[in-house]
This record gives sequence, structure tokens and C-alpha cells, in this order.
Amino acid sequence: MTYTQLTLLGVLIVVTLDMYVFRTKILKRKVFWVSYSIVIFFQLVTNGILTGFGIVEYNGDAIIGSSTAQDSPPAFIGDGRLVFAPIEDLLFGFCLVVLTLVLWVWLGRIGVQREPRSGPPRKSVERFLGAK
Amino acid sequence: MSKFAYFSVLLGCLVGTAWLEIFLRTKVYRRTIRLILTILPVLVVFSIWDAYAIAQKHWTFDSRFVTGITTVANIPLDEILFFIVIPICAILSFEAVRSARNWEAGDEDSK
Repeated sequence: MTYTQLTLLGVLIVVTLDMYVFRTKILKRKVFWVSYSIVIFFQLVTNGILTGFGIVEYNGDAIIGSSTAQDSPPAFIGDGRLVFAPIEDLLFGFCLVVLTLVLWVWLGRIGVQREPRSGPPRKSVERFLGAK
Repeated sequence: MSKFAYFSVLLGCLVGTAWLEIFLRTKVYRRTIRLILTILPVLVVFSIWDAYAIAQKHWTFDSRFVTGITTVANIPLDEILFFIVIPICAILSFEAVRSARNWEAGDEDSK
């Protein structure tokens, strides 16, 4: 299978795990989508470094875009890429983050270190966070 | 750039998220057992994916920028660390938003 196909299959699997197997249903929660938006931003930055400098290089046969060239950075946007990285990486990251959070929430639900709960923020940062 | 380029990015991720544990009191590192039990299956599943992708040449690593230490199935150590560091960052972000907003995540009480 190509990387493209694997990421689509992966998304299908993690969505099924969340909704029907572990029934954690984090995909229906605001807390997931807000934290995932933050994660995506930093994924684009760090993955941009890994792919823009050619630390990790991709094979054009496995992705929508073309192979990473040997002597020049990939397209910043376009050719199936976003911030140098193949767009498949976004789905790969989605699978990684969702699987992680499904397991984390599920473990809490069955009673593995539900406590201590997160928060409250320190007073020094509270005023930057705005109203609850 | 050096052999520690990839490693440095991961270190940056850990350093960049550490303040959440301190200032938003995410208490993720303090819940060590839950953290380890979360990461282990993720590490196994994604290492298998990585091993397949490396075998099929979906992606390759520039030897100038990785530590050069290789683990099972030709997976660079840097990749193994990636599958540990990124889940930690994801959980820290998740618990940080929870700390800041008090939104429910579904593990508040046993069902």
C-alpha cells in the first residue's frame, strides 16, 4: 500500500476505535478539537523543519506529490505538500494524536490515574487565559 | 546541522511543552503509569507502520541528520523517540486546554 492509502485506512481505524470500540468519543468534544488545532500548528512548524531540510525524504511513488529532490527543498505549498511536508503527514499526525488521546482518556475512564486532574492554572498565567 | 538535527527537533518539542506541566498544572508527567500505558501501544503500532514504510521506501532518513543509531527493523532511534515525544506533547496540549477551560473529556467519573 502507498503512504496515501495507509493514512486513509489509519484515519478510518482511529475514528472507529474512538467512536465504537473504546467509545471515548473524543472526536465529539470541544477539548479535542481545540487542543488538536494547537497541535496541528506546531506539527506544521516541526514537520516543516524535518522535511524542509530533507532530514526525512519521501518517495514520490508512495505520496500524492513527487519525490523529495536531492539538492533542493520540496515545495512549500503545492505538489501535494503543505509547509514542505506531504499532506499525508497531516493524516498520519491525526492518527498518532487520536490514538494517543483515545488511550489516555480510556485509561482514565477505567480508573488508571484519573487523579490528580489537570489544573487549575497558576495565578500568574490565569489572567492571560481569559474567562473560563 | 548535525547528526543531532532530528534529535534537536524532538528536544525542542519537549522543552517547548514543559511549561504546560508547570504553569497550567497539567499533571501529565505526574501520572507516569497512565502516561507509559498510553505510549506503549502507540509506540508498538507506529513502529510497525514505520518499519513497513521504511521497508517499502515510503520515506528515508538523511544519514547526516540522524543519530545513526538504528533499532529493530531498521527504525532509527530518532523515530522511536518521535513516537514517545509526540504523544507526550499531544497529551500535554489536551490537558492544558482542559486546565484552562474546564471542558469535559469523558474520563471524569467511572461509568
